[in-house]
Amino acid sequence: MRETALRESRPLQWLLIAIAVAFLGLFLVLPLAAVFVEALRKGIEPLLATYTDEDTVSAIWLTLVVAAITVPLNLVFGVAAAWAIAKFEFRGKSVLISLIDLPFSVSPVVSGLTFVLLFGAQGLFGSLLDAWDIKIIFAVPGIVLATIFVTFPFIARELIPLMQEQGTAEEEAALTLGASGWQTFVTVTLPNVRWALLYGVLLCNARAMGEFGAVSVVSGHIRGLTNTMPLQVEILYNEYNFVGAFAVAALLAGLALVTLVAKSILEWRHAEGLSTARRH
Amino acid sequence: MANTTIELGKGVPIAITAEGLAKSFPGVAAVNGIDLQVKPGELMALLGPSGSGKTTLLRLFAGLETPTAGRILFGDEDATHLPVRERRVGFMFQHYALFKHMTVAENVAYGLSVRARRLRPSSTEIRKRAEDLLELVQLLGLGKRYPAQLSGGQRQRVALARALAVEPRVLLLDEPFGALDAQVRRDLRRWLRELHDRTGHTTLFVTHDQEEALELADRVAILNRGRLEQLGVPDDILDHPATPFVAGFVGDAVRLSVNVEAGWISLGGGKVPAPFQFPTGPAELFVRPSDLTLAHSAGHGTFSGKVVGTRRVGSARRAELVLDENLPSVEVTLPLEHAVHKGEELHLNLFTMRLFPAR
Repeated sequence: MRETALRESRPLQWLLIAIAVAFLGLFLVLPLAAVFVEALRKGIEPLLATYTDEDTVSAIWLTLVVAAITVPLNLVFGVAAAWAIAKFEFRGKSVLISLIDLPFSVSPVVSGLTFVLLFGAQGLFGSLLDAWDIKIIFAVPGIVLATIFVTFPFIARELIPLMQEQGTAEEEAALTLGASGWQTFVTVTLPNVRWALLYGVLLCNARAMGEFGAVSVVSGHIRGLTNTMPLQVEILYNEYNFVGAFAVAALLAGLALVTLVAKSILEWRHAEGLSTARRH
Repeated sequence: MANTTIELGKGVPIAITAEGLAKSFPGVAAVNGIDLQVKPGELMALLGPSGSGKTTLLRLFAGLETPTAGRILFGDEDATHLPVRERRVGFMFQHYALFKHMTVAENVAYGLSVRARRLRPSSTEIRKRAEDLLELVQLLGLGKRYPAQLSGGQRQRVALARALAVEPRVLLLDEPFGALDAQVRRDLRRWLRELHDRTGHTTLFVTHDQEEALELADRVAILNRGRLEQLGVPDDILDHPATPFVAGFVGDAVRLSVNVEAGWISLGGGKVPAPFQFPTGPAELFVRPSDLTLAHSAGHGTFSGKVVGTRRVGSARRAELVLDENLPSVEVTLPLEHAVHKGEELHLNLFTMRLFPAR
């Protein structure tokens, strides 16, 4: 039926496909391939040397730590926000939904700056933090805060439409069968959104590890202390250590590829467990 | 440990009562002061058009909504503020709300497996209980399937088995046959009646299908705009509708605005006697196809109508008649062998009278 309705000629179809493929190749595949090629340009040994370099190792380590703190926290926030929005009616619900989207619409640099304005030495709480000898800006807590802010919407955004679609009937059924609120959540609500949750976690994690702008503002670029992988890439590159820069970049690109594959598997195998917007 | 041994139909059925029960949502009074008692072991239908408040009333009984006013009694116990999980009601949702990530057996066992440890039967007992219930609802052997792998009728029976598993004190069913096709509906209707007679639960079900309510229930409660219009056995509802709404809602009735003068109703070029001492003035007359009979000729108390169409209904024929240009057409049931033609004039008698003074 579609074939008769879409009566574009064969050559035109091929032309359109060719343009799309060429565009993808030029702007996505080629740069990605270049990352790996550049990383291996001088052979395997300098590459491995980068991965054993103290500062790089500490950057990798810090990135993992930040993600390990950020993702679980956003998991809890995201589930709580999605639960509240999808299952209850309350005043200011639409405001809350817009607020959740805020990090998507604000430039990451701006979000980083707001944390500096709040917690920096000249910031709103600067003297208070100084008195208590708590360091947030130019320290790990600042990086974690900025990353949480930037990655907050990912999980909530995945869950809200799905939970709204599913409604509350199953939860109500569990309650009438004698389950407590917590039992209902664990045995009914969570299993129903598990694939969407995993999907959100994947995206959240990819962004948490790859975030540059907001983290760059609050980190202070202290080598071996407050550099995450994306920041380390920039530093190495600015020092003309191209192999090192591309070696770290290759790790990030590898993470992106793994995320992409996992995401596609989820979309393919568990489409019914994701919100309709994600079913391809 | 009384809770760990479970038998079907165990325990004495209790009455459920609404006293002045009301629930309003912002801008709407969904349930507007209802007094109603479902007797122990009774099968009662809540019948009404959509928006009449029947589902809200059912949800109030289950504790899924909090009343704005009034009381709910389970037996003699005030259950108005009892949390849902402590009410021990078996609630069946309109679209069944089966847990889609659990197997049929897990669904049925759910109510037992979420119990506090000291009240929970052993896992072997729970499994046995789920098997028994699946046998009761004729689904033995399907325990390992998922809800998505079942037909609509099978899902409905799983939902019922799941509700029965917690030894509910009352059964509340929301449009139990609403999502099924006609043939399955009829089979399940009979089956549900038999099941009710076997297990003896006090049961309240919501429906918008009058045939279903009148055929299945011991008594029928008719709701309109959040109020109880009439509560009675099906015969009463059909033969003695208490209000114009009920008269118009049940039994394919046509509403005719007529005039009563000195004990006579003017109709279709004739006059029909009104009930004894019926006040003079405008009135509403409700006419069902079965109320009209053919008269051999024009005479005292007969009136006439012109045939504008016929249609076949089961083993009978129905003729559509215009009595008066200003009135909606009525239908009369005719035997199949009685052929009528368009434009033909028929003489009619009206013996059953459902007449209400116009408001």
